Amino acid sequence: MFYREAGDFSTTYPQDSQTFPIRFDRWRYYAVLFVAIFVIPFMINDYWVNSIFMPFLIYAIAAIGLNILVGYCGQVSLGTGGFMAVGAYACYKLMTAFPEVSMFIHVLLAGGITAMVGVLFGLPSLRIKGFYLAVATLAAQFFLVWMFNKVSWFYNYSASGQINAPERDTFGILITGPNTEAWATYLFCLIFTIFSAVVARNLTRGSVGRQWMAIRDMDIAAEIIGVNPLRAKLTAFAVSSFFVGISGALFFAVYLGAVEVGEAFGITKSFLVLFMIIIGGLGSIFGSFAGAAFLVLLPVLLKIIGVDWLGWPTDIVAHLNLVIVGGLIVVFLIAEPHGLAQLWRVAKEKLRLWPFPH
Amino acid sequence: MPEQLAFTIEVFLNGLMAGVLYALVALGFVLIYKASGIFNFAQGVMALFAAMTLYGIMNGQVPFAHLINAIFGTEIHYFGWEVPALAAILLTVVVMVLLAWMVQRFIFRHLVGQEPIILFMATIGLAYFLEGVGDLMWGSDIKTLEVGLPQGINETIDEVTFGWFGYGFFIDNLDIVASIVAIVLVAALVAFSQYTKQGRAMRAVADDHQAALSVGVSLNFIWILVWSLAGFVALVAGIMWGAKSGVQFSLSLIALKALPVLMLGGFTSIPGAIIGGLIIGVGEKLFEFLIGQPYLGGATENWFAYMLALIFLVFRPQGLFGEKIIERV
Repeated sequence: MFYREAGDFSTTYPQDSQTFPIRFDRWRYYAVLFVAIFVIPFMINDYWVNSIFMPFLIYAIAAIGLNILVGYCGQVSLGTGGFMAVGAYACYKLMTAFPEVSMFIHVLLAGGITAMVGVLFGLPSLRIKGFYLAVATLAAQFFLVWMFNKVSWFYNYSASGQINAPERDTFGILITGPNTEAWATYLFCLIFTIFSAVVARNLTRGSVGRQWMAIRDMDIAAEIIGVNPLRAKLTAFAVSSFFVGISGALFFAVYLGAVEVGEAFGITKSFLVLFMIIIGGLGSIFGSFAGAAFLVLLPVLLKIIGVDWLGWPTDIVAHLNLVIVGGLIVVFLIAEPHGLAQLWRVAKEKLRLWPFPH
Repeated sequence: MPEQLAFTIEVFLNGLMAGVLYALVALGFVLIYKASGIFNFAQGVMALFAAMTLYGIMNGQVPFAHLINAIFGTEIHYFGWEVPALAAILLTVVVMVLLAWMVQRFIFRHLVGQEPIILFMATIGLAYFLEGVGDLMWGSDIKTLEVGLPQGINETIDEVTFGWFGYGFFIDNLDIVASIVAIVLVAALVAFSQYTKQGRAMRAVADDHQAALSVGVSLNFIWILVWSLAGFVALVAGIMWGAKSGVQFSLSLIALKALPVLMLGGFTSIPGAIIGGLIIGVGEKLFEFLIGQPYLGGATENWFAYMLALIFLVFRPQGLFGEKIIERV
């Protein structure tokens, strides 16, 4: 009734190729943006930011990054944790080396450095594919974590081997360190999340994205019709690692504040982000958000229900969490291999015909 | 420098033993991959689960005791009996067969014909599920498995090598037992797949699913059989690793080490898994001893195997013994 393209005429090419062609979608998008920018910052406190919003926003960036590589370009990677660590350590080195520069620049530069490392570890993808590549990216995961543990230059020779985010600001507002305001850190992450989503969405709609998808669907056929696999795969690795690096930098500097590399960026982190995009939907930006929201909220919900209401010990709830996440992955792969994003698409199709489906 | 040489030989031998254990885990992967094309990421967690179950049965733990206590407010932990090791192993085999049936019935029957990467991700989900269930069932504390395997330094080798080099080698008895068990297991598996009816059916399925179906091989049965065999191999690996370093979560990470072993050896080859395991085991120990410890600050064992496999794959993508990959549009 209200969700339809009838009566919505495009008179120019830009209008015709806009991201949300249906008016309802467009307004919904503006409404979400409005709430996220102008309403939520005034309503939240530290608890909400630290346990829900910040992990959600940061993981969403990581999921978008991984989704570009796995969902759009078809190159399975298990090295996300390692690349996040690169972003975090790059950000740390920049923060301590150039204290007066704005945090925005540090985070973006950290993303750029991670992109370069990503290209380096993406090089073998030109020769190997599928599972073999997945295992090859494990080399990145373990090697990078080991390197950040052993080479003390990366953690400025601190005795504990940890990195701690010093107090840094942007436009005079504190972003990192112990004395930040909830709304400031939230908005800082939100800006990067919106930026990542918009950039990723538009990249995947354009010629680069089509090259990625051609490589994903069949690399040999794509090569025959003129897609350069070297360029397509390496750009996918670069863009993906860029986003993952940004999320790693935010994860360390803004969210945790202090990081021990093996603990924060271990192999489980790689799997967590991979699960997000499987549950959310491979090859979908919305799916990255949905998956991140789902896997951030699930442990919080379980903790509230299990520990606070039923009074169970926390370790049981943690184990139940594993069981549920594992079970859900299997259920999703069986029932809906395209994840939450596909459910959303189906709902939209239904909505277009509603209330007269014939 | 005979001292240095003796050290190197000792490291080499220890690497060989570790390699055998890697190969043992890798073997489970190869079995399932050959018969069903599924890359079973859960193999390591299966080993962990098997070892936990064995420990639980031996000590008469009540399954899900912690959960039951939390829900009903009771205080039960043990049945109060102890099962001898051999009987417990048999019971664990039954559990693993049951697990194989459930995996086949509830997961992979619904995923027939899906892309390999979807199946792979399903096994990652299975790994998490199984890990959670294992912890809920038997508790997540570190357990020491005592099934009566000999442990400690082998005195004979120590004395003999002392006579040769003036320096006694430290070789763990457990490693020797593990090597013998692995060799027997491989021989048994090869014999099984070559000389028995089920083994032939298994190879037929591995060769071509549809052709095997058309001559009357039950795919369902074969897959359950293969998962049971993988479960059995996981149990053996779990016992060995559990006796060596305790039954704990890190056991399942050893499965990750088996991946580069497989990539070196090729996914479809049983001898490949063995030789790949030996190369990785020896390679990482020697690298750590000769280069890692003196120059790089140690702990290179964490990544050496993956890097070796990565570099190796760039030159030979199908592994040492894998079938040549031919791609068609």
